[in-house]
Amino acid sequence: MSLVLNEEQRFLQDTARSFFSENAPVEALRKLRDSKDATGYSTQLWQAMAQMGWAGIILPEDYGGADFGFTGLGVVLEESGRTLAASPLFASAVLGASALLLAGNDAQKQALLPAIASGELTLALALEETHHHRPTHIATTAGETANGYVINGKKCFVLDGHSADKLLVVARVSGDTNDTEGLSLFLVDRSADGVSVERTFMADSRNAANIAFEDVHIDSADLLGENGKAWTFLEALLDRGRIAIAAEMMGYALECFERTVQYLKEREQFGALIGSFQALQHRAAHMQSEIELCRSVMLQALSAVDETPEQLPLLASLAKARLNDLVTLTTNEAVQMHGGIGVTDALEIGFFLKRARVAIQILGDTGFHKDRYARLCGY
Amino acid sequence: MEDLEQFRQHVSQWLEENCPASQREPMQAQEQYWGGRNGSFASEDARLWFERMRDKGWIAPEWPAAYGGADLSPQQAKIITEEMKKINARKPIFGLGLWMLGPALLEYGTEAQKQKHLRAIVNGETRWCQGYSEPGSGSDLASLQCKAEDIGDHFLVTGSKIWTTKADECDWIFCLVRTDPDAKKQEGISFLLIDMDDPGVSTTPIELISGESEFCQTFFDAVRVPKENLVGKLNEGWSVAKALLVHERKLMSEIGSDSPRHVLVPNTAAREYLEFDDGKIVDAELRSRLVDYDMQMHAVGLTHFRTFEEKIAGIRSAAPLIMKYVGTEAEKAKSELLLAIMGSRGVGWEGDAFTQSEIDTTRLWAMSYAMTIAGGTSEIQLNVIAKNVLELPQGGES
Ligand SMILES: Cc1cc2nc3c(=O)[nH]c(=O)nc-3n(C[C@H](O)[C@H](O)[C@H](O)COP(=O)(O)OP(=O)(O)OC[C@H]3O[C@@H](n4cnc5c(N)ncnc54)[C@H](O)[C@@H]3O)c2cc1C
Repeated sequence: MSLVLNEEQRFLQDTARSFFSENAPVEALRKLRDSKDATGYSTQLWQAMAQMGWAGIILPEDYGGADFGFTGLGVVLEESGRTLAASPLFASAVLGASALLLAGNDAQKQALLPAIASGELTLALALEETHHHRPTHIATTAGETANGYVINGKKCFVLDGHSADKLLVVARVSGDTNDTEGLSLFLVDRSADGVSVERTFMADSRNAANIAFEDVHIDSADLLGENGKAWTFLEALLDRGRIAIAAEMMGYALECFERTVQYLKEREQFGALIGSFQALQHRAAHMQSEIELCRSVMLQALSAVDETPEQLPLLASLAKARLNDLVTLTTNEAVQMHGGIGVTDALEIGFFLKRARVAIQILGDTGFHKDRYARLCGY
Repeated sequence: MEDLEQFRQHVSQWLEENCPASQREPMQAQEQYWGGRNGSFASEDARLWFERMRDKGWIAPEWPAAYGGADLSPQQAKIITEEMKKINARKPIFGLGLWMLGPALLEYGTEAQKQKHLRAIVNGETRWCQGYSEPGSGSDLASLQCKAEDIGDHFLVTGSKIWTTKADECDWIFCLVRTDPDAKKQEGISFLLIDMDDPGVSTTPIELISGESEFCQTFFDAVRVPKENLVGKLNEGWSVAKALLVHERKLMSEIGSDSPRHVLVPNTAAREYLEFDDGKIVDAELRSRLVDYDMQMHAVGLTHFRTFEEKIAGIRSAAPLIMKYVGTEAEKAKSELLLAIMGSRGVGWEGDAFTQSEIDTTRLWAMSYAMTIAGGTSEIQLNVIAKNVLELPQGGES
């Protein structure tokens, strides 16, 4: 386990940084927002990312992946976070690919992973049913039929749910809402009969949807993992997701922070650069301290995915809770320290501010992860 | 005391008889009446309510009756506010003329200026905006550059102002301009009233992160302003500005207590969006944040009352100087807390997937960032407390 990036990873970081600043600057998100783009991301960008190997970044080479591991993924996500690049990277290349790796059988992997790696096929995880992350709160049902299952229920906050080709649907085959037993994971075509998708327009101008399933029939071959036992791998899947989104959030924090420090060195009031005022210096130095702590947490959490999975639950909750706090701090300070210009739409800080608030809600807010961390520590 | 009790009864009865039922409902932002040539009433009831209050002199109850007020004492004015709140009566009119310029004119204006502008404000005929900040002069307001040259019978104003709230909808602007470029920075500033219709005045709206266009950049290209529009003495505008800022900051500190919009408040939102068990919020983090907020607001509310009572009793304390800071920071914390309570329903932006009050709450959150910046940033408020209350030694940072 190493708390520094190796040479290959540092190279990846440089590559990703110039890739995103050239191909997906914040300006691109603004255009998607202002043109009310139907897909919500540029398919051209996604193809270019796939060509870089990033659609299959965590997948083994056998499936056409780049096999960079989670640390490599974290590097790319962080850089994509710096420019708020909208793409299916998180929904498909992280959650979708991880679900298949963790729960898919050989046939399913063979059939789907190469298409995910090439960027042709995109997936989305349909998990949440309430406005707060409650992964066991599943009322969506999957009843058994002669040759498969029939799904009924409603999902919300499905990231990329309106654009993904296939949905990974968490449904209940037995037990009560909130039981960990009795959950199953199914692959459902977004265009299947009975699936209705309502895109939700969120503050971050990225992509999410509410999805209703009404008597949606699926084949038994579309069950992932053992029936009723999804919880055994779902937690691991969610922890990967939590660490990955935290890596992306690290990018928002760094970018906001660096732009703010730059502004402190440019803006003059009272005949001095505002960065010379200690009231602001201390707050900037405080942010730097928090960033350093989060950097260590992220490096450890990312490498744990591949090396010490038993530490994953604790590290995932640590990472998500701390990064939630870090993006709140850095985006709020960025606005405040910019003064009047900070609340204008022309300045890009506002995009980070809004994206941060959405990301905080993805796979667990601070309260959720503090509670989970405390439980894992036995109190 | 007894007189005040009688007055309260009179107010309560009058409001009961004169405030239409529709004007006791929570109001959407677009229903507010701001007066001026672009102002319009959202309904006939809104017009009626405004006219009745105007005729009673209660739009600006403390102003002299000669200028459209009712000659009432601060205690009596407070009773009107309280009784209005009791029945949820809407404010009949909003505006910087009423809140900020009016009080400054009463103190510094000439008789002619009072005659011309005060009644027009109370009657809703003119809407005012504030031209203080410039691109290079925000916190350091006294460094402002927009200049007014004395060219005999009038001033010639050249320069630009920024962050001018609603300048594109206003009739008049009260401005700080430089009239003596050679004097010490606070000593070369004058306070001018400028008609936005005058040739050479133009505005460009600036979009906010909330998606609204609340403010503008305002340009003055050789605008001729009559001499009689100077408020206070030449080069003594800074005193007028400071007096007016006191009204502005007091106003902003109270913003939370009469939020005009139909949006959620944390306590009721918690009931709608959080799980309870045995009367307690299950989420320990959010429960703790909510109680922090409620306790803070409780203390802020009590301090508002205390500052009022101190003022009547003629007691000076540090309390009024902290109110803008604590009030606006609390307001910002409230918005952030609301979003946290609402979870993924708190980050909707538009469309049918979210309720109108959810979307309004999210957008108000985006606007809440303006509170701790506009009217003097929190940092500047703290500097003022350190300097004026604590009399701490001042380094290079004024
Ligand atoms: C929504 C909104 C509406 C507004 N409406 C109006 C209006 O109608 N009319 C008008 O004239 N103005 C208006 N303003 C402008 C407002 O008064 C200024 O934005 C404010 O005074 C800050 O100035 P600035 O934007 O230039 O920021 P700056 O002064 O450049 O400040 C940048 C940062 O530096 C900090 N800073 C500056 N000096 C110090 C110091 N000495 N010590 C520590 N920190 C310091 C500030 O606190 C801030 O965090 C509005 C602003 C907003 C956001």
